[in-house]
Amino acid sequence: METTRRSFLKAGALGALVLAAGGGIYRAVHTPRLERFVLDGEARAALNAIVPAMLAGALPTSAAERRAAIGAAIEGVHAAVSNLPLAVQKEVQDLFGLLALAPARRLLTGVSGGWENADPRQVSAFLQAWRLHRLALLRTAYGALHDLSLGAWYAQPASWNAIGYPGPLKELS
Amino acid sequence: MNAPIIPDPIRAGLARGWKVVDGARQGADRTFDADVVIVGSGAGGGVTAEILALAGLKVVIVEEGALRSSTDFKMREADAYPALYQESAARQTLDKGVKILQGRTVGGSTTVNWTSSFRTPTPTLDHWRSQFGLFDYDSESLAPWFAMMEERLHVSDWQAAPNENNNLLKRGLDQLGIQAGFIRRNVNGCWNLGYCGMGCPTNAKQSMLVTTIPSALDHGATLVTRARAERLVLRGERGKYISELLCVALSEDGVAATGRMLRLRARHFVVAGGAINSPALLMRSNAPDPHGLLGKRTFLHPTLISAGIFPQRVEAWAGAPQTVYSDHFLHTGPIDGALGYKLEAPPLHPVLLATTLNGFGAGHAELMRQFPHMHGLLALLRDGFHPASQGGAVHLKDGAPVLDYPLNDVVWDGARRALLTMAEVQFAAGASAVQPAHETARRYTSWAQARREIAALPQQLHMTRVASAHVMGGCTMAGDAQRGVVAPDGRYRDVANLSVHDGSLFPTSIGANPQLSIYGIVARLASGLAQDLTGQPAPRVST
Repeated sequence: METTRRSFLKAGALGALVLAAGGGIYRAVHTPRLERFVLDGEARAALNAIVPAMLAGALPTSAAERRAAIGAAIEGVHAAVSNLPLAVQKEVQDLFGLLALAPARRLLTGVSGGWENADPRQVSAFLQAWRLHRLALLRTAYGALHDLSLGAWYAQPASWNAIGYPGPLKELS
Repeated sequence: MNAPIIPDPIRAGLARGWKVVDGARQGADRTFDADVVIVGSGAGGGVTAEILALAGLKVVIVEEGALRSSTDFKMREADAYPALYQESAARQTLDKGVKILQGRTVGGSTTVNWTSSFRTPTPTLDHWRSQFGLFDYDSESLAPWFAMMEERLHVSDWQAAPNENNNLLKRGLDQLGIQAGFIRRNVNGCWNLGYCGMGCPTNAKQSMLVTTIPSALDHGATLVTRARAERLVLRGERGKYISELLCVALSEDGVAATGRMLRLRARHFVVAGGAINSPALLMRSNAPDPHGLLGKRTFLHPTLISAGIFPQRVEAWAGAPQTVYSDHFLHTGPIDGALGYKLEAPPLHPVLLATTLNGFGAGHAELMRQFPHMHGLLALLRDGFHPASQGGAVHLKDGAPVLDYPLNDVVWDGARRALLTMAEVQFAAGASAVQPAHETARRYTSWAQARREIAALPQQLHMTRVASAHVMGGCTMAGDAQRGVVAPDGRYRDVANLSVHDGSLFPTSIGANPQLSIYGIVARLASGLAQDLTGQPAPRVST
């Protein structure tokens, strides 16, 4: 795993090119007009792998509850993005478009075999690398995934008990 | 439908026939005629609308956001951020180095702010007079205008005890022998809930939503909501004037244009869309800008954040936010020297907290579980005075504004000092640990450790968390055309019938929460405008 991590960290300039091209490629095969964010296929699979890494330690432990919680968080991300200005929705779409491209995924995240079978440790390692990466673009991509995943989770009353937050005054909420 | 527990003054106004036009519900293009069109319903637009409507002028106010009121305000971040804020409270600067909180709803940021009320500090006004030729902007000349708006908006000392979150700031400062003050608030009958940022559910906060806008509507004004001011139509070769404002109607969720167009025609136009959006509208309209000033000098009070963990419960979500402050670190050096900062204790709620805290996974989850014991502290850097603190520039990207605000060495120097100060104050107040909002900061367990390690943290883009709730400047007001696109009377230069009445006028940041600066200064500008347009003395507003 360390080798993988180092190799994609070294990707550097090549990685930047792929990243810059990724949005372009994605847009070239999709309609270029400003459209609403769509979360499907590999993009959804990517989020399905990223959300549990972001929320490790916060998700419920039983398998069924955990699956439901991840699903709810993903829906929360989708809803949050849908409320952003279309230009920002496009940026997020580009990020997910990039994550969905197999070569970009391998080079920039080190996740080799598709998102569905991604090793959680690999996902965590790539997020950790992007968080402090020397390329600003990867740091901002991490920032978006951080805010979307954690924001969607803690927006839900179901998450509040674990952090000791009683929620707003019931009579008025 | 059950009647709400709290009487809703907006629903009552609608029931008695207010003229409110919802852009999202227009099936055809429409045209409106008025004496004055006001763009924006926040601090600047609200105050202007009331004064002009009381003066007998026919006013149309256009607002990008929707009309929401106490019945809608359920104190839930999931609903409040998309409904009430620009870009769902996730607006960012171009390089994504600063997160910006700005309102987008009727009442603008006043509907969602934390009620902190300060008059414009005298050193700031002194600087405006000496550096920007704003000769009649002195504390004494402005005092009656601040007093009028303080009375209008119930700005007064907060009578209840500070919540623990604010009390800890006071205790830490006391321990260090640093002077603290109490923040005045624009509230009337406040329930001390702590949810001001999600819209006041009890109508206690005297925002524009429940004061000046209802008053203007009661005096015949028309409010157009969910309509984005796209372009002012500029006519005339020599002697330029605005003939109309073109607005695009927005969908129910405020995201997309419906395709319907609204044309607002008037004798005079007042731009009050707030910093970032006001200069952007003027840029889209090709407003005269011979010296290349428009959108420049946009300031943010770049804000640093520190979380303290205390043995006792803090419950920073509960109780009036921001009731204690300190200006000590604004006065330790010259105003145009190293950036000074103001200290305040913000409310903490799960989404804002979770997205602000750095890191992810188990470490983040563990910190979130400390929520009841967590203390929030902010340091707001006073930008725009140091020669190397020139603020940011608004750019248009496909017509939409984006602020390019480079975080440079003077900001990072301030950030380092501010993070050190906040940790020192939190330890002095008895914190068992302090976690600065920085990607590589650790949770420090003593002031000695924090002092050593914070001093060595890399202060860099995306490493240090920087936020802003105060956007100012971009339509600089100054005594001459070389320094400002707007004259000291609020008139946009070289356009006969155009004024700017909002925080975008400010030639520097304020060095304090800006709402009362906008209320007082705009009250004077709007009164002058009312007199110009009617030939009569302007009415004096009162509650």
